[in-house]
Amino acid sequence: MGATGILMTLGLTPSQTVGPFLAIGLTWADGPAVVPAGSPGAIRISGQVFDGTGSPVPDAIIETWQADAQGRFAHPDDPRPDSTSTFRGFGRCATDDEGVYAIVTVKPGPLPTGDGRTEAPHIDVSIFARGLLDRLVTRIYFPDEPEANGDDPLLRSLPQSERDTLIAVFDGENLRFDIRLQGPDETAFFEL
Amino acid sequence: MSISTRRAHPPNDSPDYQSSRLRAPKQPLRVLPGRLGELTAPLLAGETVGALDNDLTRQHDAEPLGERITISGRVLDEDGDPVSGALIEVWQANAAGRYAHRSDQHPAPLDPNFSGAGRCLTDADGGYRFVTIKPGAYPWRNHPNAWRPAHVHFSVFSPAFAQRLVTQMYFPGDPLFGQDPIFNAVSGDDAGQRLVARWSLELTEPEWSLGFAWDIVVAGREATPLDDDAPG
Repeated sequence: MGATGILMTLGLTPSQTVGPFLAIGLTWADGPAVVPAGSPGAIRISGQVFDGTGSPVPDAIIETWQADAQGRFAHPDDPRPDSTSTFRGFGRCATDDEGVYAIVTVKPGPLPTGDGRTEAPHIDVSIFARGLLDRLVTRIYFPDEPEANGDDPLLRSLPQSERDTLIAVFDGENLRFDIRLQGPDETAFFEL
Repeated sequence: MSISTRRAHPPNDSPDYQSSRLRAPKQPLRVLPGRLGELTAPLLAGETVGALDNDLTRQHDAEPLGERITISGRVLDEDGDPVSGALIEVWQANAAGRYAHRSDQHPAPLDPNFSGAGRCLTDADGGYRFVTIKPGAYPWRNHPNAWRPAHVHFSVFSPAFAQRLVTQMYFPGDPLFGQDPIFNAVSGDDAGQRLVARWSLELTEPEWSLGFAWDIVVAGREATPLDDDAPG
């Protein structure tokens, strides 16, 4: 369909929850390794998922999608001519009994918006869990990019309190990004 | 990319579904304009998918118990274009309504010949096919005497992050639909019926297995954002 946006012919299939037994179908042994541990520039991002009472969510799964360190996607719809990335860019990790997930990846490069602006380095995140009828979408931004974050169109569209929920924090050499599904420090979630 | 998938999906804030009460966000969702990262997604066609990964009845030494079924259909976008090379993952309970998962406490038998997981890639026409057994209904504690209608969980990767879909496929004529808050969280009968497969004589194999047809429709895709100079 072109840009005119007419003729929506088929109704979308609605989403449903992954339920409590998602691990049967969705767990991959190499899911958390966006890059192999020990790769040049590898970083570990981990966090906990919490419900509205602050209890850990032990039956969620996190999926991540990101550009490579140069801000390129291994995808034919990355229209830039020098996009020759072979970077998988995808991570997937179920939470453990403490609600903890972790991925090993590289920090992505910034992305062009198409109108002359730049998105700060970030990772798109989907969260699936029992109790969620539709996936939740959020983003991980990086704490060592204050200038780029300050210019990021999405962050700028949010009140400061919500912006803060999207920026990972240093945890030694690693990064920590907790996800609060509900409550006073609820993570900012997005619709597409 | 102007994808507004929300119009089909159930709201997370659906209090009849008890598990949503402490997990559904309370703040309104913010808008994420579809840019490069949302137009792209992992290309998983190169992932190793074994020839028998789509046959859940042949993963052990003997066949699982239950009604043998085929589930087949196409993955399409809302413009009707096939989505080829899409990774589909499925998981389900066994014929007795029990999942092979340590947290499933339903006192129904496990089946040593059924793990309940499969996957496949869609072909050039968006087509997929699974052979499995019909899952049983099972009780849960959402409300007194609550039972889930029989269902198969489906996870679908498409070429855009914005198209990612995880859902459940149901069987036609299930008497349990009326009391199921997960199924009923989808608003509108039409949308709900899109989760229900159709019994198919064509897919039914004589003297062997029942067939069910089910197409999956994901959001459409438009021009790349770098071609689009509208401010986002």
